[in-house]
Amino acid sequence: MTRHTDTVTDASTTPEVEQPYAELGLKPDEYQRIRDILERRPTSAELAMYSVMWSEHCSYKSSKVHLRQFGDKTPDTDALLVGIGENAGVVDIGDGWAVTFKVESHNHPSYVEPYQGAATGIGGIVRDILSMGARPVAVMDPLRFGAADHPDTHRVLPGVVAGIGGYGNCLGLPNVGGEIVFDPSYQGNPLVNALCVGTMRHEDIHLASAKGVGNLVVLYGAKTGGDGIGGVSVLASETFEDGGPAKRPAVQVGDPFMEKLLIECTLEVLHAGLVEGIQDLGGAGISCATSELASNGEGGMHVVLDRVPLRDRTLTPEEILMSESQERMCAVVRPDRIDAFLAICARWDVDAAVIGEVTDTGRLVIEWHGETIVDVPPRTVAHDGPVYERPYARPAWQDELQADAPEHLARPTSAGAVRDTVLRLVASPNLASKTWVTSQYDRYVLGNTVLAQPEDAGVIRVDEESGRGVAISTDCNGRFAKLDPYAGAQLALAEAYRNVAATGARPLAVTNCLNFGSPEDPDVMWQFAEAVRGLADACLELGTPVTGGNVSFYNQTGDVAIHPTPVVGVLGVVDDVARRTPMGFRHDGDLVVALGETRDELAGSEWAHVVHDHLGGLPPSVDLGAERALAEVLTAASRDGIVTAAHDLSDGGLAQGLVEMALRNGVGAEVGVPPGADPFVTLFSESTARAVVTVSQERLGAVLALAAHHGVPATVVGAVGEAGSDLVLTGVYDGDVVLPLAQLREAAEATLPALFG
Amino acid sequence: MSGMRVGVITFPGSLDDRDAARAVRVAGGDPVALWHAEADLHAVDAVVIPGGFSYGDYLRCGAIARFAPVMEPLVAAAEGGLPVLGICNGFQILCETHLLPGALVRNDHLHFICRDQRLRIESTDTAWTSSYDRGQEIVVPLKNGEGGYVADEATLDRLEGEGRVVARYLEVNPNGSRRDIAGIANARGNVVGLMPHPEHAVEELTGPTTDGLGFFTSILKGLVEA
Repeated sequence: MTRHTDTVTDASTTPEVEQPYAELGLKPDEYQRIRDILERRPTSAELAMYSVMWSEHCSYKSSKVHLRQFGDKTPDTDALLVGIGENAGVVDIGDGWAVTFKVESHNHPSYVEPYQGAATGIGGIVRDILSMGARPVAVMDPLRFGAADHPDTHRVLPGVVAGIGGYGNCLGLPNVGGEIVFDPSYQGNPLVNALCVGTMRHEDIHLASAKGVGNLVVLYGAKTGGDGIGGVSVLASETFEDGGPAKRPAVQVGDPFMEKLLIECTLEVLHAGLVEGIQDLGGAGISCATSELASNGEGGMHVVLDRVPLRDRTLTPEEILMSESQERMCAVVRPDRIDAFLAICARWDVDAAVIGEVTDTGRLVIEWHGETIVDVPPRTVAHDGPVYERPYARPAWQDELQADAPEHLARPTSAGAVRDTVLRLVASPNLASKTWVTSQYDRYVLGNTVLAQPEDAGVIRVDEESGRGVAISTDCNGRFAKLDPYAGAQLALAEAYRNVAATGARPLAVTNCLNFGSPEDPDVMWQFAEAVRGLADACLELGTPVTGGNVSFYNQTGDVAIHPTPVVGVLGVVDDVARRTPMGFRHDGDLVVALGETRDELAGSEWAHVVHDHLGGLPPSVDLGAERALAEVLTAASRDGIVTAAHDLSDGGLAQGLVEMALRNGVGAEVGVPPGADPFVTLFSESTARAVVTVSQERLGAVLALAAHHGVPATVVGAVGEAGSDLVLTGVYDGDVVLPLAQLREAAEATLPALFG
Repeated sequence: MSGMRVGVITFPGSLDDRDAARAVRVAGGDPVALWHAEADLHAVDAVVIPGGFSYGDYLRCGAIARFAPVMEPLVAAAEGGLPVLGICNGFQILCETHLLPGALVRNDHLHFICRDQRLRIESTDTAWTSSYDRGQEIVVPLKNGEGGYVADEATLDRLEGEGRVVARYLEVNPNGSRRDIAGIANARGNVVGLMPHPEHAVEELTGPTTDGLGFFTSILKGLVEA
């Protein structure tokens, strides 16, 4: 059967043809705008391109007006080599080394098909990093699921974890951190975010632009198939409705083996100096790669679509343009270098095809069977999509939520009740050991992992000679963001910043993945606007620029949106990873020192969530000055080698922090509630800008002086015990709380295997 | 010991090749990169077949790699006494080539597992374990999805009887291996297959221990003495 292809000539002569723009996710005014740009109706291929590129996922049409703040409020820094707008930002970490990192969402595909959704989430972010010219060196996955005992969580979580492991392990990238959070608000809308970090020398930075008229456009990697067609427009940019049609065909299928070949092949052609511009193929496939390359370069490109290697010969040109088949890249190569380029591809058994060339026409022209099916100004596809000033308004329920403070909740008032509360929190799904998940990920491959989960941040050695390295952590407490999105986003940044500093790294730069409900809901849009404003303000104050990120809207089923979840990733630099500070208690007799100030701040806490299923009040107060001072203490203490361990205090408060430090190496401690302090508040408050460090008797003076110098309150609260000793909390109302490590370990480690094993 | 040249083969999908090369270097040897498509061992003194997912583990782990051009001279040299260590995917490849008996199957719990694994060195009579004491306990990373060692009872009895079980899992059998077997040797002791990863335990900074170094110092010491 032959099918007539809709050509530009057809479009000019048959303006009245009805087009399925609504089915492709375009609104009537958007369709009209395309007609205005082209001064005719689009061809079906052009319509396909505009529909995917103008989708929420690719165009950021609802978020753009807010995201500008990340650029407008960029702090003074000389660390930023490449800023927002490229595939990923690039940061200078010294000695000629550069690091690129980014986090992206793959939420909707992972709900529809957990294994492939999560797997291709890793694949996509890895190609983003690769396309900057960097070698990917580590991944981590911030994950959020519905209630741990909910049937849908049981359907989704094992597949997501297996997909991350199956793809990432096979790529040979260590998985060094991430988060696993359970909350009913994510039921039916799991969040599967993926972060990748890559390293390179400054001179190896590459950008996505098609420069040099006459240069060749090469598509290489996997063949193009029918998977993932319209993934970004249909899947990522709409909500799921009960009873709607199955959306499985829009999910891509990953081949990590091909991705591994693509990594090695790409690094080889880049290092050989054979590439003028490079772009990965992810959302919107060839439509995105060709229009972005052309738009960023000389402005013109001529593509012969028949030359695209196909897995399925029955694909229509529209489908080829929209396909999101994985493991593909697009490079711009000078004609005199093409043979060398193709030879390297052949050496790695990677298919490559010259599909077009750079022109100076200012038009992206695509032909099929000798006829022109696309003739558009590439900038209108790639960059000049619609921009919406979505209406937003503080939700009517926000005041009531904030007024419902947790002060009326019953608190434990005896040592026995505190003991029960500690054990209950330790075993709760959010605080329990995540080993069941992380043991399915390879954390050792590449041989440069210095710290990995459950440490505060993943630490990767970049330079084997000097020991220079980076630390990365991602964090977000969605409950805090629900109570106050402005503060919640700042708290997410503060926690990630603190985690990085706890390992001894100097926090340098930020990436983010902003997961929200529908932007068409003014309540959600207000949450989004507040979170972006809060994050941008805090980044300015902490001196950590946003280097890039991702927005995921439409995370809601029906009218119910997820908790606003602005996941923030912070990257820090460690001058010598041999000086990193791990989190666990180690040496008998070391003193336990609490840094920072504890206030009565239990709203949105794990205690309120687990014990009372309560969410209300105002989240812990944000004090970025205190965060900065604490980070300076932690990084200086690491540099000077005067602390033996450091751990950030956040979810679950001091009690949980001490349990984690004790379980890390199987070494207990005796810690007392300071005289006059409220034992419950001391142990369970989630006040920010706090950490616990351990220090030898000899170094105590130096640590206290350092803290005093930076104005950070420091209190000796106890001492580390010998290996295998109990964790003992003294001065707790009527007595001591004795927690044998075996009992704590059982409580912490039994939960996830019982739920998912 | 410098000047000892230890080849590390890279197949499409090899992942721990850099790590194996680093371990050779840390132990004092000179790593030499060998390429799957070249039927040439470049006159190396020993070979490590590293871990990873050669050819994506498609068809069956190691089943495609055994047909790579580099394997032809390798098998001949191994049969002639060249020391060869296959780690994880390398162990699977050695079984597929029949340089070692048995096979590696999917973990009994069906999950990939990455953990710091305690092992007992059962034999120090191989080219790769002579630096250890017999019965020595070591901790090295283990990471595999298909690491369950299986063979028929007669083969297992023969391996045990001939002292060819090189290392055994202690405390936890992480993958359902028969008789807790973590590694085996050929009759001559020059070819060793090991499911855990000693190359990830050669530096205090990045490994749980430095217990894995013994595999690499064994071979260098052996080469010096030879």
